[in-house]
Amino acid sequence: MLSACERSAHMSTRLAKQGRLIDRSKQIVFTFNGKSMLGHPGDTLASALLANDQMLVGRSFKYHRPRGLVASGAEEPNALVGLGSGTRYEPNQRATTTELFEGLAAQSQNHWPSLEFDIGIVNSKLFSRFLTAGFYYKMFMHPKPFWKHVYEPFIRQSAGLGKAPDKELVDADTYEHFYFFADVVIVGGGVAGLQAAKTAAATGAKVLLMEQNAHWGGRAPVDGGTIDGMEAEAWVTKTLDELRAMENVTLRDRMMGAGVYDHGYLLGYERLSDHMPGKPGPRHRLWRIRTKQIITATGAIERPLSFAGNDVPGVMLAASMRDYVVNWGVTPGKRVVIATNNDDAYRTALILKDAGVEVACVVDARRLGGGALAKQVRDAGIRVEDGRAIAKVAEGKRVTKVAICLQNGDGQSIEEIEADAVAMSGGWSPVVHLWSHCGGKLTWDDTQAHFRPDPNRAPLSHDGLPFVSTAGSASGPMGLGAVLSDAAEAGAKAAEAAGLPAQAPVAAVAEDVEETQMEPVWLMPANADIQHRMKSWLDYQNDVKVSDVQLAAREGFESVEHTKRYTTLGMATDQGKLSNINGLAILADSLGSEIPQVGTTTFRPPYHPISMGAIGGEARGEIFQPLRKTPMYAWNDKNGADWEPVGHWRRPFAYIRNGETQHDAVNREVKNTRENLGLLDASTLGKLIVKGPDAGKFLDLMYTNMMSNLKVGKCRYGLMCSENGFLMDDGVVARIDDDTWLCHTTTGGADRIHAHMEEWLQTEWWDMKVFVANVTEQYAQIAVVGPNARKVLEKLGGMDVSKEALPFMEWRDGEIGGFKARAYRISFSGELSYEIAVSASEGQAFWDALMAAGAEFGVMPYGTECLHILRAEKGFIMIGDETDGTVIPQDLGLHWALSKKKEDYIGKRAHSRSHMADPERWQLVGLETVDGSVLPDGAYAVGQGINANGQKNTIGRVTSTYFSASLNRGIAMGLVKHGRKRMGEVISFPGTDGKTYEAKIVDPVVYDKEGAKQDV
Amino acid sequence: MSKAVSVLNGARFSGLAEVADAGLVGMITLRGDLESSAVAAAVQSTTGCAIPAVRKTVEASGNSVSWMSPDELLIVTAYDQVADLCAKLQEALTQEHALVVNVSDARSCFTLSGNGAREVLGKVAPVDFAADQFQPGDFRRSRLAQVAGAFWLDQGGAFHIVCFRSVGEYVFNLLKTAADPDAGVGVYS
Repeated sequence: MLSACERSAHMSTRLAKQGRLIDRSKQIVFTFNGKSMLGHPGDTLASALLANDQMLVGRSFKYHRPRGLVASGAEEPNALVGLGSGTRYEPNQRATTTELFEGLAAQSQNHWPSLEFDIGIVNSKLFSRFLTAGFYYKMFMHPKPFWKHVYEPFIRQSAGLGKAPDKELVDADTYEHFYFFADVVIVGGGVAGLQAAKTAAATGAKVLLMEQNAHWGGRAPVDGGTIDGMEAEAWVTKTLDELRAMENVTLRDRMMGAGVYDHGYLLGYERLSDHMPGKPGPRHRLWRIRTKQIITATGAIERPLSFAGNDVPGVMLAASMRDYVVNWGVTPGKRVVIATNNDDAYRTALILKDAGVEVACVVDARRLGGGALAKQVRDAGIRVEDGRAIAKVAEGKRVTKVAICLQNGDGQSIEEIEADAVAMSGGWSPVVHLWSHCGGKLTWDDTQAHFRPDPNRAPLSHDGLPFVSTAGSASGPMGLGAVLSDAAEAGAKAAEAAGLPAQAPVAAVAEDVEETQMEPVWLMPANADIQHRMKSWLDYQNDVKVSDVQLAAREGFESVEHTKRYTTLGMATDQGKLSNINGLAILADSLGSEIPQVGTTTFRPPYHPISMGAIGGEARGEIFQPLRKTPMYAWNDKNGADWEPVGHWRRPFAYIRNGETQHDAVNREVKNTRENLGLLDASTLGKLIVKGPDAGKFLDLMYTNMMSNLKVGKCRYGLMCSENGFLMDDGVVARIDDDTWLCHTTTGGADRIHAHMEEWLQTEWWDMKVFVANVTEQYAQIAVVGPNARKVLEKLGGMDVSKEALPFMEWRDGEIGGFKARAYRISFSGELSYEIAVSASEGQAFWDALMAAGAEFGVMPYGTECLHILRAEKGFIMIGDETDGTVIPQDLGLHWALSKKKEDYIGKRAHSRSHMADPERWQLVGLETVDGSVLPDGAYAVGQGINANGQKNTIGRVTSTYFSASLNRGIAMGLVKHGRKRMGEVISFPGTDGKTYEAKIVDPVVYDKEGAKQDV
Repeated sequence: MSKAVSVLNGARFSGLAEVADAGLVGMITLRGDLESSAVAAAVQSTTGCAIPAVRKTVEASGNSVSWMSPDELLIVTAYDQVADLCAKLQEALTQEHALVVNVSDARSCFTLSGNGAREVLGKVAPVDFAADQFQPGDFRRSRLAQVAGAFWLDQGGAFHIVCFRSVGEYVFNLLKTAADPDAGVGVYS
């Protein structure tokens, strides 16, 4: 019964009047923690919760203290909820920026077992004195073993506010990017943004104006005043109509300026369906904007006051409280105490009174109190106390009692006032985030006690000129008239800077009330004792109090950046929008320093969290990543291809038949290719045309061996090294005509080697007459391999493929089976082998023809694993297996490919360095296990002794290892210290499986050493 | 009977704009000195097109020539004409240091037309597609989301899009996604 009593006494509720943004004729049903509630179209989740007397919206991060709404916009630190469910669930959504919709389901966060009764709060009462600044650093250092078993599990359980979405579920929504270009982009659709847009657009500039909320006009319609003789709201409507009629203006609401980057790059975050989930089309659109000038008309954020109990639900920013009244017709209480250090908060008193809410008292920390607005409040019969402060708000789940004291005292209570809500105002700080993202500097304004953008130190673009300016309150001025004239000037200047004809700015004329100067109040009361300071919150979300920052200062933290990390001040998802200035003022005071000397922390994008989906854009599902597909991809897929990623390509690892394991399939393919006929889709191999009078000379520099003396019609295997001498690619080069060569690269090397060639031609050898073209994808290339290779080609008919007409390591153009083809007699398998290139568009048809004609010869397609085994049996190296960026041709016994005749080639000089010529370098050898088993890939061989870390010395490693179906045992290659001199020696490879493998050092070529089979 | 097929084999999608596989298209990469009168004469006499200015496409006699780089052109012609045109160009350029190579089968081509075409392409390419900024005859060698791509706007108001063959399917699906009828941006209409 007590709670019912409480409810009748203290109540946040919907008012009978007011609520300019809501449609009272319609109702919306939503739930909070499963409880059904009612709201109206136009409500935010925050205003609807208040209308339903839901003061308690979450628990704080460290201490699990009950928390309520503090603000009405993006700066809100407490009201973070888990929104939606299943594939549309998202944690940490701000109630103040969430528009209400039918069926909305929100869950409060960071509590157990329930929001109303939370076990963590009990812990915090017991342990809160341990959770002070630097707690994590101090606590978790010792004893060392505690980290893994005690601290880490504890931190993991309590880390993070919201629950992560279910990892098995896929986001139901889609997202996209959009590129946009403008002369002037204005961020913020309040009166300043509208005025700046109007002035800029009048010059003919292409203008984009964005507003993060669903409604335009910012604070002005709430705060009052007249513009050009009309109510602010009427002026907003009229100006919007004018802008909409202009062809050169684009207006977007529900779009936030998320970040400013170099050279006029700006991100806009558009929320298209957050207010109606499930609406067809993308949920968010990330605008990637290039503009000549950016104007930030982002307004200002009110600062809290630091008094004991300033986090009790029902304590709210003064301007936010009147937002709730005017915009949504809700009041957080029936009897309100207002605490302020400036005149603006008196507007809240007038608006509350007008809405029928009792204002118990205005406590003005200034000894001499306020000006004209204060007089209006007094005249309205509201009690105003100057030089007074809030000593303490009684602890609890909502405000019940407020103790008043002298601002200059230590918190001794003079009287206690019964109240159910507190409005506080510590002054205003311009929103400088976007200005600062790209290097805009700030200056301290003593009069208003805030940092504001310094127009003389603006972010500079490529030309050394400013590309960001500010308009309205974002520049510093808070009065309506000053805001409009500042904005008009910003608009005109930006358009001029964007290259449009200069026009004198014409600002709308405003009438507003003159205000008395504010007085900085960083602690309330000024000499609050430790008991009070320990309950005075700076950062609500991360539970950082005045006492924490003071402790950090005592412990020697002088830099604001260090203090931030040590105390976690400003590190939560609100990024210190409310806590920043108050925190660094306390730090400055503790250090006996001035605020401008302490400075601010760094502002980084995004201004407000944006969805991961928006960052990814359209890249999901089938277009998550581009897959490169060969002309035979579909056939391969239908015929059992077990796909292996090779760069962005997908290649068949093996073609698995019914009932086969992958291993069975590979062995079958190896045997069949050696005994009958195999087909390999080799289309992914890089093919570069190199042409010109200097092409031979160029290729002699690119390759370690000679290419200029290759005869037309012939092929030669070549190696390429980097400038540092390391082997970077290999492949077969064919001489096409007098001044044209075709260079094959590895699959992964095609684009890289093309770029490598272009780089040398463009930056070093620009005088060489050589052109390169990458024709990799022009051809479908099929390796026809095995003893029956010639038979199938002869059956298809056309060009002469006999040994005499087309000898080993030569190529010819002709026709095969009616296909225009280029046939290369090259072999990577040790078998009789052709690689046939046909146009990519005919690739599938040619493959079909080979399969049909090959049936009688036992044709089977084979995959990359079979390819690897065939080459390994022949001792052929594979770039990426035998090489890893540290291996040189000499290591692999490829001395024969290093031309001694040539004056130079890339890598030659590096090869003469002492380390490269060192006889201690590991050398390529074959490895044959004593018991015929397969060596583990990447295994290291161990030698005698141990190194400085107490590990066994290593003397080699496995680079390639397979089961050879031809030999019925494991085969391997590896790099071994002094390897070539140690033939026949047995060395040990301890595996990670607990076994130790013994392998004999042998010749790497284990199949047809003489090469008789390929040269038939 | 031709055995050649394009990657998407005539696929189409209709949404904010019409996306269509352009089928087999003849394409030639010409690398040479674009300032040389011999190259200009060779291109003019074989294609009917003048050398395009930077980031421009010239269309004539059913062919088009686009600026790819300071020393590279993309020549587009009918698929069955490409071998013939290659031979003629090579012939005309015997005395020049130039490279003529058939790349018809290395590429996929699409057309994108209709009112929403500018907006659809504006979602995947970092280019200003406002009507006063990207006009018929304009050409860009740019990217399409995660892959390289080139495109030009023809005199009839349709975009021609070229990408590598291996990613043709990706680009078609990408354009299809961007052209989702419910994903209109509404800035160019």
